[in-house]
Amino acid sequence: MTELRFPRRAALLGGAALAYHGGAAEAQDTPRRGGTVTVQVATDPRFLMPALRGNFSITNLAAKVVEPLVDLDSEGQPQGRLATSWEGTPDGLAITFRLRDGVKWHDGRPFTSADVQFSAMEMWRRVQNYGTIVFRNLVAVDTPDPLTAIFRFSKPMPLRLMLYAGTELSYVAPRHLYEGTDFLANPVNMAPIGTGPFRFVNYTAGQHVIVERNPDYWDAGKPYLDRIITRFIADPAAAAAAVESGAVDMSIFSSLPRTDLVRLGREARFRVSQKGNEANSIGNTLCFNHRKPELQDVRVRRAFAHAIDVNFYVRSFLLGLGRRGLGLQPSFSAFYFPDLTDYPFDPRRAEALLDEAGFRRGQGGIRLTLRMTSTNGDDAVRFATFVQQSLARIGVRLSITTYDSAGYLANVMRDWNFDLTGETIGFRNDPQISTTVFLRSGQPRGVPWSNQWGWESAPMDALIDGAAEAVDPDRRRALYRELGEMVMQELPMWLAIEQVYTSVTAVKLRNDHNNPRWTGSHWSDLWIAA
Amino acid sequence: MRILRLVLRRLSLSIPCLGIILAVLFFLLQLAPGDAVDALIGQMGTSDDTLSKLLRSYYGLDGSVVGQFTGYVGRLATLDLGLSIAYGKPVIDLILERLPVTVVLMVTSMAMAFTAGCVVGVIAARYVHRWPDTIISVLGMLVYSMPSFWFGLMAIVLFAVTLGWLPAGGISDLRAGHTGIAHLLDMAKHLVMPALTLGLIFFAVYLRVMRTAMVEVMTLDFMRTARAKGLQERAVLFRHALRNALLPMVTIAGLHASSMLGGAVVVESVFSLPGLGRLAQEAVVQRDLNMLLGITVMSSVLVIAVNLVIDIIYARLDPRIDVGA
Repeated sequence: MTELRFPRRAALLGGAALAYHGGAAEAQDTPRRGGTVTVQVATDPRFLMPALRGNFSITNLAAKVVEPLVDLDSEGQPQGRLATSWEGTPDGLAITFRLRDGVKWHDGRPFTSADVQFSAMEMWRRVQNYGTIVFRNLVAVDTPDPLTAIFRFSKPMPLRLMLYAGTELSYVAPRHLYEGTDFLANPVNMAPIGTGPFRFVNYTAGQHVIVERNPDYWDAGKPYLDRIITRFIADPAAAAAAVESGAVDMSIFSSLPRTDLVRLGREARFRVSQKGNEANSIGNTLCFNHRKPELQDVRVRRAFAHAIDVNFYVRSFLLGLGRRGLGLQPSFSAFYFPDLTDYPFDPRRAEALLDEAGFRRGQGGIRLTLRMTSTNGDDAVRFATFVQQSLARIGVRLSITTYDSAGYLANVMRDWNFDLTGETIGFRNDPQISTTVFLRSGQPRGVPWSNQWGWESAPMDALIDGAAEAVDPDRRRALYRELGEMVMQELPMWLAIEQVYTSVTAVKLRNDHNNPRWTGSHWSDLWIAA
Repeated sequence: MRILRLVLRRLSLSIPCLGIILAVLFFLLQLAPGDAVDALIGQMGTSDDTLSKLLRSYYGLDGSVVGQFTGYVGRLATLDLGLSIAYGKPVIDLILERLPVTVVLMVTSMAMAFTAGCVVGVIAARYVHRWPDTIISVLGMLVYSMPSFWFGLMAIVLFAVTLGWLPAGGISDLRAGHTGIAHLLDMAKHLVMPALTLGLIFFAVYLRVMRTAMVEVMTLDFMRTARAKGLQERAVLFRHALRNALLPMVTIAGLHASSMLGGAVVVESVFSLPGLGRLAQEAVVQRDLNMLLGITVMSSVLVIAVNLVIDIIYARLDPRIDVGA
């Protein structure tokens, strides 16, 4: 079974103005050593140790230096990096990793299972965001020898979940540099020492990160590049100028204005593509505050979904760089089910549903007045405005309040001070890592990106818990299918649009974007054609 | 001695002023929803309760607001600007990293704007209400009403993207890895467009002020006297008129020292320069109180210093102004 359907560029880019060059010709070339690649990203994560803190922008920079146990290959299948093989017991309570031999830290010390044990028990399980969720049932990591690490769990851990979570979370930190220190204050966080194909050279806050070739890399002969420079350019127009003038070779995470992406895609100098970003996609999700009486009626939520013309929005505002969402996971996920119940654009049906629910048009044609809360990012504000205008047509008046990141967190996540929000949710290869946490009831207040919505459903909780511990892959998939259908029936939240990040790459680069989470991958095989 | 007295007097006035600014900023930022840990978590993408608590106590954000403020002021008294939460580094290091770029940018654009404004303003005044004046005034108005970020972007499109003469942004060419003189030249090349962009708006202001001042001065009695005693027009213009017309210019330049810091934020963003302006903007978004206050202290010192220099220049231009009084 193909875990991640990849590549699916025809379907993904369908109708969009993007061109995709390259492909067959690349594969025939022989890799050339040397050269510097300059990459542009918008945000400086200000932290470079993915064993302690996991997100796209950190792994993008740090995965060249610090390595995970597993990554994904070009087919979207788990591929060993620091691990060479893995095996789970039938009861799901133990997973054994065999580790790569002859691997050295950049300071010359040997890499062993003790590093894995330390990272898992002290970092992933205790401190790392997402790790504290995924590894909460991890009780011990046994190290019978320097090249074996046995993960022991108190509740069954599906092997697939372990591996796919591992691609984002299983970065191994050097035990000898962290043990007995204050993790968050450790200088290694900002000048990482790892086992990866590149060594850390320099980080200048808000400006750039430079890494250089590790000549002692375990994969002999690699990496091909001498240096990678990542520059932080936040202003989209300035970033576009840097790309166009050749000052940078690549722009990732959709950091340019969409119009520029489309325009540059028509030039022969660049490849503009979503390939290599599939496993880190994001979604515009309409979330409801279920404490609000008006929103407790499922007919109201369904009416909202019927009222919003997602396809029009994708075409006109996202310039085709996105697609209609369905269920819980994006279409690249192994847990995407195309035949779930959906709510096609139908304003008349929406109005009928609101009538049924008792919200008839009153004075001025208004049925309901609600507040929409949004972050101040362009994408989020645009989505909120579209929802506002769409709902106005069916007699629902929305007022929009925007906050910056910290303000949004305080208002929505902590104080629950909202009616509707347009949430931008990131997906991470497996529903259990970052998706079901939005729907499970009984979570403590104040945990951001969890169930802020006040959604409580005993049958849904049972499905979520069952799937989390289902060791049999088919049964697990069936449970997530059931959960997806239940979500579409009840609409506790609605994944309206899925978006995949777009990269702009100079055509001289080879082997770029060759796995579904390439931006956060090792780049040891990236090279520059003459 | 007079200068020393002036410096001491200015400083004694500045310190309470700085205290008020700090207090207002501190409590203003408390009113903004969310704190630095919220901003941090926003960037991480997720967190849980214990992790948030851990971070809050680690960064000293779990105490009372008043306690945090008095703690800050106490540390400031020992010249300790504290630790930036967003960057996990001492604030002073971050500021010193960024200060040179901003200072160079401000000084060069100010110098260019001031000089060009004077020259063009004098020409306009010399030919007042004739065609050179009209053209200069219209152009000045045009430049003044143009948003600086737009000019910056257009300059990038023309000089960096289309012609390829100048770099599109950044402070140095990281790929080339220049050192020594080559590095300085490389940096100068990177600063041409930003300095022009920042300077242009101020140029338009100086041009208008200079023109008006000159026109006014030229109608005064002593000008007629100067001409009557047979001085050449050039001598009248430069020795008598210009010196007097410079006074309002210097005043304006002093005021602009602070507003330039604001303009620098925009220019630094457009040209992705690592300056103080962008750092300050980030500090607000990240609710990084220590960093924001640190930058405020630093900019206040900068503005106070500039105004001190302006006062000294006043005294030299017009001996009647007694700065020490």
